[in-house]
Amino acid sequence: MLMETDDETLARAAASGDRSAFATLLHRHYDRIFGLACRLTGSRAEAQDLTQDICAALPAKLQGWRGQSRFTTWLYRVTVNATHDMRRRHATRARASAGWGDWELARQDEIAVQAAALDWLTAAMQRLSPELRDTVALVLGEDLTQAQAGEVLGVSEGTVAWRMSEVKKRLRAMADKEA
Amino acid sequence: MTHDLDALKSALRSLPSPDPAAKSAAVALALENFDRLQGSTDLTRLSPDRPPQAGFLNGVRRMLTTLKTRPTLAATTSAAALLFGVFVVLPNLERPGPVTVTEIAPPARPTDDALATPAAPPAAPKTDEPALTDSTTAKRAAASDSAVMTDTAPAPMMPSQPLGSAAATRPFANAPRQAVADGTVRLIAPADRTFLPANPDTEAFANAPANPVIVTAEQPVSTFSVDVDTASYAVIRASLNAGQLPPRNAVRVEEMVNYFPYTYPAPTGDAPFATTVTVMPTPWNPDTNLVHIALQGQMPAITDRPPLNLVFLIDTSGSMGEPAKLPLLIQSLSLMLPQLRAQDRIAIVAYAGSAGEVLPPTAASDRNTILRALNSLASGGSTAGAEGLTLAYQIADGMAADGSVNRVILATDGDFNLGIADPDALKTFIATQADKGTYLSVLGFGRGNLDDATMQALAQNGNGTASYIDTLSEAQKVLVDQLTGALFPIANDVKVQVEWNPAQVAEYRLIGYETRALDRKDFNNDHVDAGEIGAGLQVTALYEVTAPGSPALLNDPLRYTTTPQTTDSPELGFLRLRYKAPGNTTSTLIETPVTPGQTPTDDARFAAAIAAFGQLLQHSPYLQDWNYDQAIALATQSKGPDPFGYRSEAITLMRLAQSLSR
Repeated sequence: MLMETDDETLARAAASGDRSAFATLLHRHYDRIFGLACRLTGSRAEAQDLTQDICAALPAKLQGWRGQSRFTTWLYRVTVNATHDMRRRHATRARASAGWGDWELARQDEIAVQAAALDWLTAAMQRLSPELRDTVALVLGEDLTQAQAGEVLGVSEGTVAWRMSEVKKRLRAMADKEA
Repeated sequence: MTHDLDALKSALRSLPSPDPAAKSAAVALALENFDRLQGSTDLTRLSPDRPPQAGFLNGVRRMLTTLKTRPTLAATTSAAALLFGVFVVLPNLERPGPVTVTEIAPPARPTDDALATPAAPPAAPKTDEPALTDSTTAKRAAASDSAVMTDTAPAPMMPSQPLGSAAATRPFANAPRQAVADGTVRLIAPADRTFLPANPDTEAFANAPANPVIVTAEQPVSTFSVDVDTASYAVIRASLNAGQLPPRNAVRVEEMVNYFPYTYPAPTGDAPFATTVTVMPTPWNPDTNLVHIALQGQMPAITDRPPLNLVFLIDTSGSMGEPAKLPLLIQSLSLMLPQLRAQDRIAIVAYAGSAGEVLPPTAASDRNTILRALNSLASGGSTAGAEGLTLAYQIADGMAADGSVNRVILATDGDFNLGIADPDALKTFIATQADKGTYLSVLGFGRGNLDDATMQALAQNGNGTASYIDTLSEAQKVLVDQLTGALFPIANDVKVQVEWNPAQVAEYRLIGYETRALDRKDFNNDHVDAGEIGAGLQVTALYEVTAPGSPALLNDPLRYTTTPQTTDSPELGFLRLRYKAPGNTTSTLIETPVTPGQTPTDDARFAAAIAAFGQLLQHSPYLQDWNYDQAIALATQSKGPDPFGYRSEAITLMRLAQSLSR
């Protein structure tokens, strides 16, 4: 049964041109990519776009897959990288728009007001740096071990552990402020 | 505390589920791409959607015709993606962490006959469609455990295969990664662990293990290409001045020796350079001799030099914002302007988030316009060099005129993503351009992610020099004092071959030039690329040779092989040089016997002191118990007039290295 074939076998088959293996992989993992994208971006619409981009790019990416890590680890890494790309594009746009005069300033103010009204999760995530957000999304959201998260992010397990303790610190500071 | 984490965890878990319609759309798109990718080898298919602006893409096409491998194809397609403006760029600054090679190869198809070059191999694919997303940096690909690079076996770093061959050696592949662990990261206080993952030192240096001692009877011929780069010395100086011994891989002895101007006998007649050979006792070993081979380039009459067309390709990515990078670069170029003449022309292309022509070709005499354009450069955005590089070559092509000297000068801090993740593709592209007459030089700035290995490879393939500019005085040396030499080649593909006479030399060792070694058969093969000599420049090479019967011999004679035929010749060896006059494709041979008996000049002794300095930094085993004290003493004695103060500076650096090594 195809459904029972493991990811790595399917990925190897897909990389060498097996269409049904690729389709199976996609169906199996679309939700996973979308979920992580959601956790990383905090926006359903962005996550949907991002997931589509990743899917579209996956056939070519897969040809570079060498099977050195688990397929899901590799997929997480692809997703995290695509998210970084998107964040940076946004940052570039934000920079390019700086200096459009009063109209832009007013619009930015409005955005800031809206942001203040967002829910606790968004507030909490926004309190964290992008590195910490990625780490939280993988460790808490995807239930990866610190070692696995480290593999996805390309940092050591110790770094992940340190980042998680940093997250705790920030959350506590946030709770103290609210209290 | 745990409570907070739990709250965050449950909030993260309750995110929306995907929209089934979006899911099926995405899956359909992915499958469509999958099919197209599989079909890309179908050579009989014509491309229905040839872009109307094919003329603009000619540069890219030329590049693509030379690319054959799949990673290369994938990489270059991202260049195509850049041109179409549909791309995602990886974060440059935030996290240099896990970057997989994420090229999206769009379906590659052969185009119709109109554009296919007859010479192009039938398998050379061309891409006509924009890639869907994504590009990545060659550098990152090399530095991370990326898919494309992981299978590249370390290969020797020498240009020992024919130019333009897709199987050319891969200088990047063996760029020692340990430099990352060995670099300036140590400056950060250990307590501040957070900075370690955030700012790893991503420098990569090109080097190979030091040349071993070779038994003449086994291998009497030694062949290498000249090297006029000086980047290694400047990197070493920057390290020492920062209070650290340089990473061993950053030390290339020949570049240190060649950093200094020497006054070797000038050539007479038509020869582009003169050869002087000196045999002297080795300072660090009384039982061996040092053979000093000096080439002095001819200084052509400066007054009737051909007009220069320079295209500066300037990296304005965010990482260039530091004072020692873009601002220093602007200052350096301002220093250079007065050296140019009215008939010289300059263009400036910036590459970062968006590449563009900052200054159209402008006469060098119009200094105000040029300075204004320079000062308008600001760092920001990410590095996306493919467009920039293509544009720079396009502009250079447009500026080319009869008899002019064309050169693209790439100024970067090393973090350049030239859009081509495969180093071979980039090398081939640059080598092709060099063959067509547009050379490439590289100016490196700043430390931290200086990609010395890439700089070297680019400059070597572009027939140019790689210089590292760390201070304004280095800019003065490279761009003012030695500008003519850096910009006007007088001899191309200069190769050196020494055949040692086993009767006089039992063992020999070439000091440095590890990254420039050539195969014996490459010497007479005019298709094999080698180094260039610029106007008025000097090139020095040193061999340590051991006479038969000397107590310094490291290898015992063999029992079962016949003794080599001995000759009565007093010659130690025979030196052969091959070079091509600029514009020529066939080489000329110069031959000189290596004979003992010359009095060593200060220049030769100073070169020996610098070679010793380099070997001390490399912890070479051949220096025996020689140390910095003796090297400093020798350098001080042989310093000579030293009008520019370079040698005094070297002695200061030796002292600094001595203190740091204790």
